[in-house]
Amino acid sequence: MSGRTGAARYALRAASLTTALVAWQLLTSLDVDLWLRFSQFPTVADVARAFGERLGGDDYWTDLTDSLTRILTGFLLAAVMGIATGVAVARSRLAEDLLGPLLEVVRPIPAIALVPVAILLFPSNEQGIVFITCAAAFFPVMVSTRHAVRALTPVWEEAVRTMGGGRGRILATVVLPGALPGIFGGLSVGIGVSWICVISAEMISGQYGVGYRTWQDYTVVDYPGVFVGMVTIGILGWLTSTAVELLGRRLTRWLPRTSYVPGTRARPRTPGRAAPAGPAPTAVRPEEARDEHLV
Amino acid sequence: MSTSSDTRASTGPATAATAATAATGNEPVPVRGTRLTLRSATLGRPDSTALTDVDLDVAPGEILTVVGSSGCGKSTLLRTLAGLLPALAGAVEQDGQRIEGPAATRALVFQEDALLPWRTLRANVELPLAIQGLARAERRRQAESWLERVGLADRSGQLPHRVSGGQRQRAQLARALAPRPRAVLMDEPFGALDAQTRAGMQDLLVEVLHGTGATVVFVTHDVDEALFLGDRVALLGSGRLTAVREVPRPRDRTAHDDPAWVALRREVLTSLST
Repeated sequence: MSGRTGAARYALRAASLTTALVAWQLLTSLDVDLWLRFSQFPTVADVARAFGERLGGDDYWTDLTDSLTRILTGFLLAAVMGIATGVAVARSRLAEDLLGPLLEVVRPIPAIALVPVAILLFPSNEQGIVFITCAAAFFPVMVSTRHAVRALTPVWEEAVRTMGGGRGRILATVVLPGALPGIFGGLSVGIGVSWICVISAEMISGQYGVGYRTWQDYTVVDYPGVFVGMVTIGILGWLTSTAVELLGRRLTRWLPRTSYVPGTRARPRTPGRAAPAGPAPTAVRPEEARDEHLV
Repeated sequence: MSTSSDTRASTGPATAATAATAATGNEPVPVRGTRLTLRSATLGRPDSTALTDVDLDVAPGEILTVVGSSGCGKSTLLRTLAGLLPALAGAVEQDGQRIEGPAATRALVFQEDALLPWRTLRANVELPLAIQGLARAERRRQAESWLERVGLADRSGQLPHRVSGGQRQRAQLARALAPRPRAVLMDEPFGALDAQTRAGMQDLLVEVLHGTGATVVFVTHDVDEALFLGDRVALLGSGRLTAVREVPRPRDRTAHDDPAWVALRREVLTSLST
């Protein structure tokens, strides 16, 4: 196979990040001013120095754990409520009639616009931020769960019903595992939106937290500090969405993967193999025939 | 394992096991089949009636094949017997009891892949046993034994999409028979398989059904399959049950030269083409 090996792919990914950093460093250190103005922009070295200083202090770690606690609490709540509501709306006409209109009216409201609501409702900022984070992730999870449950093959449920399985059994053995690939699509989107909202909410009303710190740095014109915040958000966001992605892949390992397709598809394209295009289908036969014997 | 026991699995694995040994020791093969009856039944969905005025009596332990062109209501008949679809009119009964909904005593084998794709073949076969409340070790043992009977012992740890279509249908057969249903309803189970595989599956079906005593309703659009498997063959056409015929020499591949068999085959083919 002519495909890149694992190591080569990681090298390529590292090169992509490095190139971006080098470009940033060059543009800022040379004070490039071509319509876009990089003269006021902190260089990579400035940001790295500021980052190093922050890592040594307590505040950085307090901010980090505060933000992580908020997002994880909000996201987990959203995951549980989103999956439960999505399943209920998809499976029960009563739930659909009761909750459907309400959800559709609230859904278009950006979660960050709920800040006033959060301030009115919750006794502390902390709970307000978690509420906003949760509201942000809830809708993608709920909507994708609803779609995934509705798209389930009816035969699976009928099979379990003819085995004498009741509602609970169908839910546990068919609905939840079958909808899992779709649910994880929603969770991946949800964790992304959660970050946006937790950072914005912290900027508006937070006490500590990466978003709060970034905004503070901006107000005191500490631009390298602002970039330290952004880099931190970027890394945390990447780590959490990778975690969701990995968990999803682990739990849906049963899905037929098509990862081998690029390899097999590449073969006919190689010039040397172009000639025996005719007998190619017959070459496949032995494989099929062998399968039939297994049957 | 013994399949000749009349004991319901709900009485517990231990009693079931002892009863099974006792049964094989003393009695001949007890009749485990069930009688399925339709009386002036109208079947279908409320917005589209598929079959009207169906009178059919399937005797305990009998294999009844149902033939008809596609869309004639074969699957509707089967789903009604399974309890997935309520009859629009008339009576649908199992041993004189009205069929109210699906039950584990009537297993359904589907044409397409009804195996749960996230469960291995063994876990799929274990599922009905788990629903019946068997302990983990016991259901594993039974599932393995059924997979062995259908020739999938070495495939039990595979996911359904990793095995061939024929193997998936064999696993479905094992899943249907493992909880010892009293009736097995089969909806064109071999319809998607090639001719060679299909013949092998028919032989396997006859082999694994032997001794279970279960009543079988087998829907197919393949006349030869219907005449090979069925004790009787029911013909469906234009929304009605048109005829039920006894099959001479069922499950005998050499019946092809029997004039009565040839005549019946001709009759069935004619009824399908009209």
